[in-house]
Amino acid sequence: MTQTAQQAPAAAEWTSDELMTINAARALVGARTVFVGIGLPSTAANLARRTAHPDLVLIYESGTLGSKPTRLPLSIGDGELADTADAVVSVPEIFNYWLQAGRIDVGFLGAAQVDRYANINTTIVDRGPDKPEGRLPGAGGAPEIAANCGRVLMVLRHSTRNFVKKLDFVTTVGHGSGPGDRERLGLRGAGPVAVITDLGILRPDPATSELVLTDLHPGVTVAQVRAATGWDLKVADTVATTEPPTADELAALRALQAAGRSAT
Amino acid sequence: MADIRTLHDAVAELIHDGDTVAMEGFTHLIPFAAAHEIIRQGITDLTLVRMTPDVIYDQLIGAGLVRKLVFSWGGNPGVGSLHRFRDAVENGWPRPLELDEHSHAGMANRYVAGASRLPFAVLRGYRGSDIPTRTDTVSTVTCPFTGEELAAVAAINPDVTVIHAQQADRQGNVRLWGLVGVQKEAALAADRVLVTVEEIVDELSPQAGAVTLPAWAINAVVEVPGGAHPSYAAGYSVRDNDFYKAWDPIARDREKFQAWIREHVLENTAEGAAAR
Repeated sequence: MTQTAQQAPAAAEWTSDELMTINAARALVGARTVFVGIGLPSTAANLARRTAHPDLVLIYESGTLGSKPTRLPLSIGDGELADTADAVVSVPEIFNYWLQAGRIDVGFLGAAQVDRYANINTTIVDRGPDKPEGRLPGAGGAPEIAANCGRVLMVLRHSTRNFVKKLDFVTTVGHGSGPGDRERLGLRGAGPVAVITDLGILRPDPATSELVLTDLHPGVTVAQVRAATGWDLKVADTVATTEPPTADELAALRALQAAGRSAT
Repeated sequence: MADIRTLHDAVAELIHDGDTVAMEGFTHLIPFAAAHEIIRQGITDLTLVRMTPDVIYDQLIGAGLVRKLVFSWGGNPGVGSLHRFRDAVENGWPRPLELDEHSHAGMANRYVAGASRLPFAVLRGYRGSDIPTRTDTVSTVTCPFTGEELAAVAAINPDVTVIHAQQADRQGNVRLWGLVGVQKEAALAADRVLVTVEEIVDELSPQAGAVTLPAWAINAVVEVPGGAHPSYAAGYSVRDNDFYKAWDPIARDREKFQAWIREHVLENTAEGAAAR
């Protein structure tokens, strides 16, 4: 990650989405296996394999262990995931023998709504009195991914629409209502350890389990992040700044996305 | 024993008004052609079961044939929302849609219980989630050996399961490969099984990791080349991603949707659709 000033791309040369994806990829360093959701998590996990973590084992809920896609999958059923995998198993097997058995280090999730304890709603949104609930896609694999992986990373864009004071529905438990809740519920993994957004990184305070702002992306202010969060976001005593993207990271991400587009 | 049938006759014989029908295929090998035949025959008041409803159920729901949906993730994969599904849930159009909603792990285990002819399956799941507050098919069970409390999910036993596979032989033995999803469990959980295949061959080709369903576990086999279009059929075709994207604006608008169904399903035949 060290580089000279001459090599470093200037701030205008990347987007906030690129910052988010690159930092999400970096967060996978140290993991052996990752259970990957389609969308932002899949992009980040594939970027990790092309940058700092070529040996990362990607596991998709469609039943692939060790996929090495040459482009981003169009959907969870993309044959590319099966053709490049070490093994292809059935959907019951992936959830029971591999996920539930506690064999996977990191669960990597997106979300529609997140609260201060990193609980997730992907089911319904309350649109106010006299209006029908708005439908979201639903749970998918998330409840058991968050329960059974060693730890959970989340990646989503930062806005008051996504980071809410109270969830309209708890689809997937992060840290419940605070310390001790995961143990009480019998959720075996450590739960969410980082929420990576286009503005920075939130991590749970070990004492309270509440998400606090620990890192800002270059050029982002604490005030910006607090304004984009639906609760009174706490800020760590020392807030770090994430390393700017390297030229290699940006090139790898753009090549990955270009390969995905040409496949459509 | 599996009879080799026409799509019209197999659907007419095996699927009836009011049935619980599972049309599986985890984003791969989705039996679209069979669903279109259900729409053409106007088979209605269905309870549809599927982990990922996908565009196939968006079409059946929008066509007004569905009373209840049992599922775990209802989006247009890689694109966005299923607008016909949302319109039915949010606005009751063209009719109200009852939901029985689960997680993927829960649905997969419900099929496993169904295939095993057990009343329920056990898993570590749903803990702390609000999902069990909206369904009566999730409960808890205490392990008689350890005392641990675990989630219990009710078995799914569809009246009919419909799947699409790559090949069948002339005796009606079926082989599918690639992402095999939950099709084996869904088929073995059902009272009746209808399989559409890309081609009928003299001898099934050897394939690593393939699922083979013997003819005696299947009621009807129908040769429908392209029967999974626009989804994938490994070894035969890739996903028509442009279709999935084009579906979004079609499904957003009730009239555009109805015109699409009229033109591409109702005024088409099983044979014509396959030749598309």
